[in-house]
Amino acid sequence: MYTQTEIIKDTTGIGSEGELVINVGPQHPATHGVLHLVITLNGETIKKIEPHLGYIHRSIEKMCESLNYRQFIYVTSRMDYLSAHINNQACALCVEKGMQIEVPDRAKVIRVLMAELTRIASHELWLGAMAMDLGAFTPFFYTFRERELITDIMEETCGARLTMNYMTPGGVTFDLHEDFQKKVKQFVIQFKEKVTEFEDLVTNNVIFRNRTEGVGIISPADAISYGCSGPVARASGVVSDLRKIAPYDAYDRVEFEEVLDTRGDSFARYIVRVKEMMQSIRIIEQLIDNIPEGDFQAKTKAVLKLPKGEFYSRVETARGELGVYIVSEGGTTPYRIKFRSPGFSNLSALDHMASGSKIGDLMATMGTLDLVIPDIDR
Amino acid sequence: MELTKDLPTGAQEFPGHIHQTPGGGIVVSSFDGLINWARSNSLWPLTFATSCCGIEMMSVASAKYDFSRFGFEVARATPRQADVIIIAGTIVNKMGPVLKRLYDQMADPKYVIAMGACAISGGPFFYNTYSVVKGADHIIPVDVYIPGCPPRPEALLHALITLQEKIKSGLTREQIREESKA
Repeated sequence: MYTQTEIIKDTTGIGSEGELVINVGPQHPATHGVLHLVITLNGETIKKIEPHLGYIHRSIEKMCESLNYRQFIYVTSRMDYLSAHINNQACALCVEKGMQIEVPDRAKVIRVLMAELTRIASHELWLGAMAMDLGAFTPFFYTFRERELITDIMEETCGARLTMNYMTPGGVTFDLHEDFQKKVKQFVIQFKEKVTEFEDLVTNNVIFRNRTEGVGIISPADAISYGCSGPVARASGVVSDLRKIAPYDAYDRVEFEEVLDTRGDSFARYIVRVKEMMQSIRIIEQLIDNIPEGDFQAKTKAVLKLPKGEFYSRVETARGELGVYIVSEGGTTPYRIKFRSPGFSNLSALDHMASGSKIGDLMATMGTLDLVIPDIDR
Repeated sequence: MELTKDLPTGAQEFPGHIHQTPGGGIVVSSFDGLINWARSNSLWPLTFATSCCGIEMMSVASAKYDFSRFGFEVARATPRQADVIIIAGTIVNKMGPVLKRLYDQMADPKYVIAMGACAISGGPFFYNTYSVVKGADHIIPVDVYIPGCPPRPEALLHALITLQEKIKSGLTREQIREESKA
């Protein structure tokens, strides 16, 4: 079954005279997974980028059709594993919407706290990995130092470091660990102290600025037409934070700013993410002392049945807008599930962003898109 | 000649044998032991991360777990410079030939660690999927398996040390299989 097949495709017809076609990936350190880019070059200038997908297509959508409404959430943790919580949250919200389950206040606040911690962890990993793509190894160690604190907090409460599976229709699976508030407060203090280190190390670094400023620009109109969301859209000045536009769970009771930038280049995307981490800290600070008492889970039936119909919910993950679309025939399993993943739309804009620039700038552009390939392929 | 008599506590004994020759020189023999010992302490992993387990592999590189303590820190992006391939994540049918090609491009001796449930058996995707390879050992031979979804960083460190011990023992995969049968 797994015989040696031809990997290098016949490239005649892709490039014409004077053009060079190179393959980046599927095994490449800067693609963060198994993305395959076929790049057509004219000299050093990029003429076209064609992403090839499917190297990590695990058929999650198809699998979900045979899992019931409690089980399918576990598989979605493996989709965008850097914001596993927020993926689970999107699915739980969609099922709750369909069954009209009222989630207790305590569960809502816990969900928001966990989602914001996940967002910080995701952005920190992105910062370290992106700096590594640009040739700087040190920021990786700095960012992982704080990220490990978050994974410890997650592990205490959820039992897992990365794929938590903590959200469930009706609330969360367990109550918070007794040390949760103490640990989070410690983390907030340490993070606020250390965030200046990133600024000194990366933001004000001459090499970093030269490599990212004015690179990979996308205009607001293009960002909208390509369906960009999350920090990529906000760096172009597109108001797109779903936590503000369509608040879910407890986001309507916290104050925070939607971080916007108008430059639309790689540096703007960097700045937006760093500022977003500070806004997440702000949300956590508002909620950590105000976790309401009560149930952490609404009383639901053991077997959930969604009424016949179509249901859609959307959340803001660390990468952008994640949509969950469920078609139900009234049974215990969905008839069809579709995920609208932010990475897919953001990747589609890569050709537009990088065409015309030099091949050396490609990694700065792609690094700031923050792609998670299993999220794109699903 | 007994060179290892006055070792400080905790120091590793020199593998192989030392023979004194006339004139004061020494000859080291049993090169296999020596080479295996050297080899096991400088294994360069290939950065081959397909999905979630790759993040835990990055955690192992970070300061808290730090796999450079065991000689693994030189992660290479090209298979031609790598000694060990850590399969961190799901292998799907489209990726199978790529994995085989990467393995073929690595120079001998080469070792394989299957990290996580997906690389062992297809993991949480093993049933009802048409696209996932049910275990990386369908494609290339695997030396060490790490269970977990994803495994903890400590589990990966344990697997790396297990691989080192395996190399130090100097046995081939077939010999180890025979021994475990007996």
